[in-house]
Amino acid sequence: MSTIRCVDLCKTYTQGDVKIRALDHVSLEIGASGFVCLSAPSGGGKTTLLNAIGGLEIPDSGEVWIDDKRIDNLGKAELADLRLRNIGFVFQAYNLVPVLTALENVEFVMQIQGVDKATRADLARDILREVGLEGLEDRRPAQMSGGQQQRVAVARAIVSGPALVLADEPTANLDSKTAEDLMELFVHLNERHSTTFVIATHDKRVMAFAKRLIKMLDGRIVDDIEQRPA
Amino acid sequence: MNVLRVVIMLAWRNLWRNHRRTLIMIGAVTVGVWAMVFMTALMRGMVSDMMQDGVRNLPGHVQVHDPRFRDDPSVVNLISVPDSDIAERFDSAGIERWSSRVNVPAVISSERESRGVTLVGIDPGRDDALTGLSSTITAGRYLEGTDDTGLVVGARLLDRLDTELGKRVVLMSQDPDNEIADRGFRIVGVYEAKLEAQEEGAVYAGKATVTTMLGIPDRVTEIAVMGDDYRNVDPIYAQVAATVNDDLEVLRWTEIATYLGSMLNVMDGFVLVWFVVIFLALSFGLVNTLVMAVFERVREIGLMLALGMGPLVIVLQVIVESLLLLVIGLALGSLVGWLTVLPFEDGMDLSVVAEGMEMYGMSSVLYPELTLDDVLLANVVVLTLGFLASLSPAWRASRYEPMEALRKV
Repeated sequence: MSTIRCVDLCKTYTQGDVKIRALDHVSLEIGASGFVCLSAPSGGGKTTLLNAIGGLEIPDSGEVWIDDKRIDNLGKAELADLRLRNIGFVFQAYNLVPVLTALENVEFVMQIQGVDKATRADLARDILREVGLEGLEDRRPAQMSGGQQQRVAVARAIVSGPALVLADEPTANLDSKTAEDLMELFVHLNERHSTTFVIATHDKRVMAFAKRLIKMLDGRIVDDIEQRPA
Repeated sequence: MNVLRVVIMLAWRNLWRNHRRTLIMIGAVTVGVWAMVFMTALMRGMVSDMMQDGVRNLPGHVQVHDPRFRDDPSVVNLISVPDSDIAERFDSAGIERWSSRVNVPAVISSERESRGVTLVGIDPGRDDALTGLSSTITAGRYLEGTDDTGLVVGARLLDRLDTELGKRVVLMSQDPDNEIADRGFRIVGVYEAKLEAQEEGAVYAGKATVTTMLGIPDRVTEIAVMGDDYRNVDPIYAQVAATVNDDLEVLRWTEIATYLGSMLNVMDGFVLVWFVVIFLALSFGLVNTLVMAVFERVREIGLMLALGMGPLVIVLQVIVESLLLLVIGLALGSLVGWLTVLPFEDGMDLSVVAEGMEMYGMSSVLYPELTLDDVLLANVVVLTLGFLASLSPAWRASRYEPMEALRKV
């Protein structure tokens, strides 16, 4: 359970001679147990906002607060520790460690957190079963399909029960059935464990599960809608 | 502990992602370490050979003299204790390999030539255990007792004197009253030495015969003592110092032959420089391998940083990867080095280049000396410098921004 507060965030990228304003004075608050979708066309700023909330990118100006802690001015090591203890990430590309098996990839974060071997193995097997990968625990990423890899990445993000999950296009490589199952798992975690979810997507099926839909365009929030999830 | 475990596992698996590159690098480290170990064993063997020859020529690891003898090596500077007392004290102290000798400057004359030499009066049995003189006799015989009236000379001196085995020569020196002391000797044996100066300059006779000639019955000018190891003479030095009178000078061989002693230190320094030079050659390959490994895995490093692995853990991972690679190379290199030295335990015949070796007072058979200290030093040098060489790529890896790294293709 995490509250998020972004105050007047700005972020500009330079590509050659062109300056791209990815975040343009963005302010928003997401309450504890929020289930929020960020929706924008490609280049609209949703991934940059997601990364700023996760401490993966530092805004040029503005403030990012998670609970009562300002994070945009933290050092690298402090940010890494914050991500390790509080945030689960699902990236657009599955981003698994290629030399680890599915089970080891899921255990990876818990291992750095210092969770004992038996506990993390149990948790990892349970979550892999939950995302439909039972029997594939010993496969390495190169031996799995895109959808299977994405499910491992999702399992890794949620296995240690983080207070906040940031997901960037989590269903991009999944078939409709798996995507729906995954979203139901997210909803379940949100309702059961009060995990806060912020999901960047342009998949309407995903948006339908959100309690709140924030629409962005050219780095600005253009619409912020509370909605009844599907 | 968990972090270290995952770091080691990742480092190990990453190492084998590119088998060929890893094997080439391990091969390079192995060859480098083998060169360190094997060449050092050869150099140690050569130096050891020179040292042992030097110690045999002195002779001994420890010597006892009257304090004035080294400045004025004449018969007036005798050891204050009678020779019979020396024997009693050394025997009761349990010192086994020792020899008391008379060592004075003299002039030797044949019927044609005269030359300045050092006349050495010895107890042939005791002295041979220190010098091995009997094994260098090439013609005639070795001395048979302290009262042997024969003389053993070097082959070169025999040439210089233009005389031959069996002929008589006259030796002339001074007695303690500065009167001429002389005596005729028959040449009974000819020896060859590695050092030209010794072969031309030292002649040996029975100790009692020489003390009678010089008028110094039961007195000697030096006591030579041999310990177990020329590199570690302190135990025998302490034993000898406790056995003799305080008014006598007790010296280690490194204090007598300072040139040889300093060579030992120079050799230690040279070995270290040799190790460092080889490692520097290796380090280019090592750093290149690590930089390539980091460069290829920028995305993964970004992922690990994004998931919460601290920058220091990333540094640790690259260093562990480097150390694993080095440890494998070190183990193989040390093993191959040892296996290469093993067949030469009984000596390496270098007679093809023996002439050149003998110019430097070395034997044509070389006994490589592989010491645990040298192997450990090679390992420590490689690991320490390898660690330092890994710091730069490791630091570089830890400085990536997570998202910037994740976007790399």
